[in-house]
Amino acid sequence: MTALQETSLIPPLGEPRPQPVPVAEETTLPSGLRLVVVPRPGVPLVELRLRVPFAAPNARNAGVHAARGSVLSGAVLLGTQRHDQTGIAQLLQSHGAEMSVSTDADRLLFSTTLLPDGLGPVVGVLAELLTEAGYPADQVDGERDRLAERLAIARSQPGTIARMALAARRFGAHPYAIQLPDAELVSAVRAPALRRLHRERVLPAGSILVLVGDLDPRAATDTVAAALEGWNGKGKAVEAPAVTEQRPAGIELVDRPGAVQSNLRLGGPAPSRTDADLSATRLAAMIYGGYFSSRLVENIRERRGYSYSPRSAVDHQRATSSFLVEADVATEVTGPALLETMYELGRIALAPVTEAELDAARRYILGSMALSTATHAGLASTLSALLGAGLPADWLRTHQRELSAVTVEQVQDAAARYLAPERLTAVVVGDAARVAAELGALAPVTVTGSGTTA
Amino acid sequence: MTAAGTELTLRHPIERFTLDNGLRVVLAPDRSVPVVAVSVYYDVGMRNEPEGRTGFAHLFEHLMFQGSANVAKMEHARLVQAAGGTFNGSTHQDYTNYFEALPAEALERALFLEADRMAAPAITEENLRNQIDVVKEEIRVNVLNRPYGAFPWLQLPEIAFETFANTHDGYGSFVDLESSTVDDATDFFSRYYAPGNAVLCIGGDLDVAETEKLVRRWFDPVPARDVPPLPPTGEPSPTSVRSAVVEDALAPAPALALGWRVPDPVGDFDTYLGTVLLAEVLSEGDASRLERRLIHGDRIAIAQSSYVGLFGDPFDVRDATLLTTQVHHPAGVPAEKVMAAVHEEIGRIAQDGVDADELRRVQARIEAQLLQQADSILGRTLSFAAAELVHGRAELAGELAARLAAVTPGAVQVAARGLDPGTAAVLELRPAGGAR
Repeated sequence: MTALQETSLIPPLGEPRPQPVPVAEETTLPSGLRLVVVPRPGVPLVELRLRVPFAAPNARNAGVHAARGSVLSGAVLLGTQRHDQTGIAQLLQSHGAEMSVSTDADRLLFSTTLLPDGLGPVVGVLAELLTEAGYPADQVDGERDRLAERLAIARSQPGTIARMALAARRFGAHPYAIQLPDAELVSAVRAPALRRLHRERVLPAGSILVLVGDLDPRAATDTVAAALEGWNGKGKAVEAPAVTEQRPAGIELVDRPGAVQSNLRLGGPAPSRTDADLSATRLAAMIYGGYFSSRLVENIRERRGYSYSPRSAVDHQRATSSFLVEADVATEVTGPALLETMYELGRIALAPVTEAELDAARRYILGSMALSTATHAGLASTLSALLGAGLPADWLRTHQRELSAVTVEQVQDAAARYLAPERLTAVVVGDAARVAAELGALAPVTVTGSGTTA
Repeated sequence: MTAAGTELTLRHPIERFTLDNGLRVVLAPDRSVPVVAVSVYYDVGMRNEPEGRTGFAHLFEHLMFQGSANVAKMEHARLVQAAGGTFNGSTHQDYTNYFEALPAEALERALFLEADRMAAPAITEENLRNQIDVVKEEIRVNVLNRPYGAFPWLQLPEIAFETFANTHDGYGSFVDLESSTVDDATDFFSRYYAPGNAVLCIGGDLDVAETEKLVRRWFDPVPARDVPPLPPTGEPSPTSVRSAVVEDALAPAPALALGWRVPDPVGDFDTYLGTVLLAEVLSEGDASRLERRLIHGDRIAIAQSSYVGLFGDPFDVRDATLLTTQVHHPAGVPAEKVMAAVHEEIGRIAQDGVDADELRRVQARIEAQLLQQADSILGRTLSFAAAELVHGRAELAGELAARLAAVTPGAVQVAARGLDPGTAAVLELRPAGGAR
């Protein structure tokens, strides 16, 4: 009775309205650069993303590559043959733009928003950066020293310590083990090494430029082709080598004396974006801990108050994909919180989810994909990541169709293979003196020093 | 530049009406994507907390997600998310907001959920105890277990202001949080969560007439209650330097924050706009004054930023507020040296003004940032709601780009003269113990 009444009070959902389908126009320039232009209604802005493949060529020099790459991403803006750093920034700013340059283990990314009239001038500045970046020695030294200081600050964050420890434990000698460059290797970086790295690796082959927003595709394509004509260095893109998960047993406990919280981190392999199991695994991860309506949040936040923001997700890199679980919990409940986290993993791996759980997770994923691509910036970043992973621009549609067809049985099968606790590598950052014993009740514990290098 | 700002206003017309119970309703239709955003802003924030109840506005925000008369615990989240939507809430100095972004067909469901908790949230002992634990974990994640966690947003107000409303820790002390009772929560709800103390703002893919009907269906039954008077939060301008040194056991490097009182963000809006642009001239990007001086010229800093409003949004705060300049610097550089350079750069603008070209570039950049924020239906809806609540005019959010583009170099110079070294609040953070 009561249940019936409650259901009748909640307004039913109306008919879904069709999503506008953005049409991507693709061109490959003679240099090998792929250009993808998507006109889109919305605010009078254009979003620009240039993705350059930037993986370490091999494990042996991955550390040096990461250090140089991280300095390069700041230093590329220090000046060209025609403009100094301030001149570049002013040119961009007058069109509403500010170039942000970042690196990770897969790519170098140039990214900015801009006012539509500024497309020509801004791509002109981008062309200068790509072909004439000067890396003035004295300023490179300054940039490198600042980066070293910023890295020290980053390494003092418990979340960063945990991320570094988990990657190192899962990936061993693979370049993906390096989440932040080593301080000593960074301090050894000099301007000539950056000029060489730029010449050898900042190449049009394999690179993808995405433009989304208030623009005419043909005119934009012509503008870009003309501006970037001189970016024509020869060479092949380097992508990351294949990954082997280490899968060490037990829990690594990174000691952080005095910590008032413990950072629990679990990670393991997940299906890639082209794997038929991806949709079912994403849904399993969502039901487990991917959103507020999930089992993990209900258990360790809303029932027990152990954690503010426990979560899980499937994360993709070029050469591997990961299932990740994260929870920051009070020091005094570290053992019980990990127990509940493991229990929920075991439960979803062994027993079927309900139809209601599956439907809710499916609608949430589809809805949040629509929301996250409903802005110029969101669509540009999504397209850049998908194309960079070697997928076609219409991959989102295919993936949506696959998500719609997943069954309870497929979710359980995926959970058994990818979410079972036995498949995951465990790291905890916390006060070892207070938490080591109780963690030891769940699995063998190896205590390591602070996540920072001396 | 002005053109795009104007265009934004024109493309998003505002409709408004008020229900008999006092609820103000703002509709901002835009049917370009099938997404709708629903937000409720209550006119109560951290500055309204009584002494002994620090952190209560935020704790109460958590209680609003624990279910309501016709919604069980966890059901609020499920009903939004299983419709393909996202939700959240946040507590600010002058308001607390709740919002959802959903596929357009879920609009009525969101209205039902907001009306149900506006009428009767599930304030129980069990929910209160559970959310006190969750809030303590939130404070540990964001403040206690991380370097620079309270810097400067919880530490600077202590010295920059005088009154309890402005100086106290809005996240709350554990002592105050733990001693909170169900009666406190019921009283707080009764006093501050009256429909007449709230703005409901809906943006995106909606039909105005149909939406008005739905709003009346769900919100008309919420009974009217007295609306508390708006407490004054302004303070006399300081006449001296106030300084403090804090030690951070987790931080590896020192930091410095300078805070100056600025013109009334609402009552003296035009003058205030000069201050907003001044913050951009000082700190936005590689071409800015402080980036060039501190980072690239003198090389005495690692990172710098300047902003107006304690939480970084200059347009959702009332008086009193600050322009804050914060700088992270190497241990080898004394804080006095950094401070002297900041004062000198501001003094230069106070003395010589800014170049018209420099200001035009800064205005173009801020216009692009405002447009970017407005591209998201949720972002735009929240801006409209905040403008309605704080400034009494949702339209202002759409006009900001145009208003900022009209600010003259003279106004920025006047703003710089207001940042007197003799009236700054100076907060030094020193790394203690070197624990990493």
